[in-house]
Amino acid sequence: MYRIDQTGLAQLLDTIASRGYVLTGPTVREGGIVFDTIRGIGDLPQGIGDEQGPASYRLRTRDDGAFFGFVMGPVSWKKFLFPPRVTLFSAVKNGKSFDVSPPEDGGQARPLALIGVRPCEVSAIQIQDRVFLGGNAVDSGYSAIREACFIVAVNCTEPGGNCFCASMKTGPRAQGGFDIALTEVIGDGQHYFLADAGSTEGAEVLESVPHAAATTAEEQQAAAALTRAGELQSKKMNTKDLPKILGDNFEHPEWDDVAKRCLSCANCTMVCPTCFCSTVEDVTDLAGTKAERRRRWDSCFTADFTRVAGGNVRPSVRARYRQWMTHKLQHWVGQFGTMGCVGCGRCITWCPAGIDITAEAAAIRGNGVHP
Amino acid sequence: MTHEIAESATAVLDPMITRPVTLKRVIWETDDTFTLTFNPCEQGETFHFLPGQFNMLYVFGLGESAISISSDASHPRTIAHTIHRVGTLTTGLARLKHGDTIGLRGPFGSAWPIVAARGKDVCIVAGGIGLAPLRPVVYALLRERKSFERIILMYGARTPLDLLYRVELEAWAKVHNVEVLVTVDRGDSSWKGHIGVVTNLFSYLKLDAPATVAFVCGPETMMKYTIDELDRRGLRQEQIYLSMERNMKCAVGFCGHCQYGPEFICKDGPVFPLPRVRHLLDRKEL
Amino acid sequence: MRTENLTEILRQHPFLAGLSDHYMEILLGCATNVHFAEGTYLLHEGEVANKFYLIRTGRIALETDVNARGALRIQTAGPGEVLGWSWLISPFRWHFSAVAVADVRAVALDGECLRKKCENDHDFGYEMLSRLAQVMERRMEATRAQLLDLYGTVPGVNA
Repeated sequence: MYRIDQTGLAQLLDTIASRGYVLTGPTVREGGIVFDTIRGIGDLPQGIGDEQGPASYRLRTRDDGAFFGFVMGPVSWKKFLFPPRVTLFSAVKNGKSFDVSPPEDGGQARPLALIGVRPCEVSAIQIQDRVFLGGNAVDSGYSAIREACFIVAVNCTEPGGNCFCASMKTGPRAQGGFDIALTEVIGDGQHYFLADAGSTEGAEVLESVPHAAATTAEEQQAAAALTRAGELQSKKMNTKDLPKILGDNFEHPEWDDVAKRCLSCANCTMVCPTCFCSTVEDVTDLAGTKAERRRRWDSCFTADFTRVAGGNVRPSVRARYRQWMTHKLQHWVGQFGTMGCVGCGRCITWCPAGIDITAEAAAIRGNGVHP
Repeated sequence: MTHEIAESATAVLDPMITRPVTLKRVIWETDDTFTLTFNPCEQGETFHFLPGQFNMLYVFGLGESAISISSDASHPRTIAHTIHRVGTLTTGLARLKHGDTIGLRGPFGSAWPIVAARGKDVCIVAGGIGLAPLRPVVYALLRERKSFERIILMYGARTPLDLLYRVELEAWAKVHNVEVLVTVDRGDSSWKGHIGVVTNLFSYLKLDAPATVAFVCGPETMMKYTIDELDRRGLRQEQIYLSMERNMKCAVGFCGHCQYGPEFICKDGPVFPLPRVRHLLDRKEL
Repeated sequence: MRTENLTEILRQHPFLAGLSDHYMEILLGCATNVHFAEGTYLLHEGEVANKFYLIRTGRIALETDVNARGALRIQTAGPGEVLGWSWLISPFRWHFSAVAVADVRAVALDGECLRKKCENDHDFGYEMLSRLAQVMERRMEATRAQLLDLYGTVPGVNA
């Protein structure tokens, strides 16, 4: 493990950029912290923290100048790996026939460096890998972007108000899936980062920036801080036998209760880093000679999601909320081998009704309390 | 990775891109159901499918519909899709004529396990347009008629005018030793066949339950009634297969629309052995 | 010409499966062998209902005339099935017509005869009613399923 200081961090980002990666990381915009292209350390939200609760998100100023003193905003990394809008193909009329061509940009993925990926988000990326790369069909666009990604993870020494990664075993410390993992340490007049390489390229990059070997005390202190961060999390998801419990309670009265609160607004699916549902749109130009098929994010909460000839399979909000939650915590296991939830808490923060998935799971299990 | 491997990998890696094919024939089976026929190998591509699989058919600028292949799998250079016109996309398909171009993606999905039926009696139960995905099964069974004992086809439609493939139904019964029982929900004075739900037809059959494999396809409610009836007649769940349907956008398990509990109907189905979905069938709004 | 043994014929019909010899004797008194050529009407809607048919071979269709739509056939009954229970239930009139759509061989039981025997021997009456109730229940279920019009087109739905 290495120790690098703030200058080292700046150089780390510059080094990554000089290797051809487009730096993508957290930055403040419109009262929140989003992920976007950044130029370097200067664009990071230094000294900014966030406060999150059910249906509540605020930025605050910190007095310690932390670079990663916030947890996460409404944007997740899927915005880059699984873009909200892509063109799948174009078609052009050719007499009675038509010609089809792949998207014009040729699917050239600019290599991205994802800076500041939380451990839960690293897990989320791995979960989406299984969806788009792990089956018989491979999403070529996702594959191209993903292969060219450089990931700098940042471990969490301070949990957010809605975090429950400890129960989901996805954090507060990243276990693999990154090129470099950082832990920001502030205290006793010091401000530095402990850095771990998770890949050959990560090691190369770390070697090339000013660093020192971390002392045992520093490593232990950071480890303790991360453990404590897990213990400090106020929300917990009891995952024991949860898929079976959800499966056995398909008509539990809690579904009726949450249906009264859920607006079916789809916010949760938009901010969730693992939700992957999409739909297709077919458009033509005015003359009707050129057509495009586009893929865009979709949500199982939309009224049209399960339209079939003869009607709609899930007309009620009750059924749609149940579908989202049971997919995330029950069916995902059968489909992809893990739960779909990583405990990031975004769905709780960005739900206008403040619905808490951990409370709903507890209520179904039978020992929960309504918020 | 050599250059050649990379190229063919690209072809495989783009399951979302449609390819144009020319319609050879359009046949109107009834006043709201039609069959499109075309050659999927026009440009020298290869195309093979198994009975039960489906294609995504694209109408220029309008969209795609998931349609089961309803032709003989041993003749993959001429494939047919029988389509029930129920909405915008299928109406778009219905407007097409011989010589028009549609987009093809496929084949997708799981197949009817014909191998499981070898040496046994096969009981095929079709409701409405459900006969279309089952017709390839009949062709496959008849290609090796001696591998199967009784072949029973039970088919229910709305009215006599809605019956599909009437000429073939007669031929199967007369020439190929298939027990064909046809019923309609209501008839007119010229209809001399059975009238009533397709499950009524079981009253006229004596099934040898342990030796029977059943393939069922039709509206979900009709399939549930049929499964109850088969159960009453002693078939175990393992002997029954059905074809499920849900909204589909991608057909390859990415878009999430076709999920049925843990199953993606596009890639885990559409054909399922009953034990895999039995507990899901009773769940409302699943 | 070989005369078919009516008792044997009755014994084979699924409707009477397991019926005691004693009740079989009672039934026999009301029973005759009948045959209808294809196209023959066994009964007409509105007429007095006085027959109960146990179908042996062939097929019978229930038919009714719907204004401006002509004669519609809404159900058939075949071998092993029965036709008609209006003979047991007041006002004892047929609600449908019935036509043989194939040559039919059946056993006809006289309705009035059967009704009297049911009234005289309530145990026999109960036996008949129980069996009829089962037939009616299955018919009702089947009819409800027909009502769902599962193969129908729902207008205005995007596919």
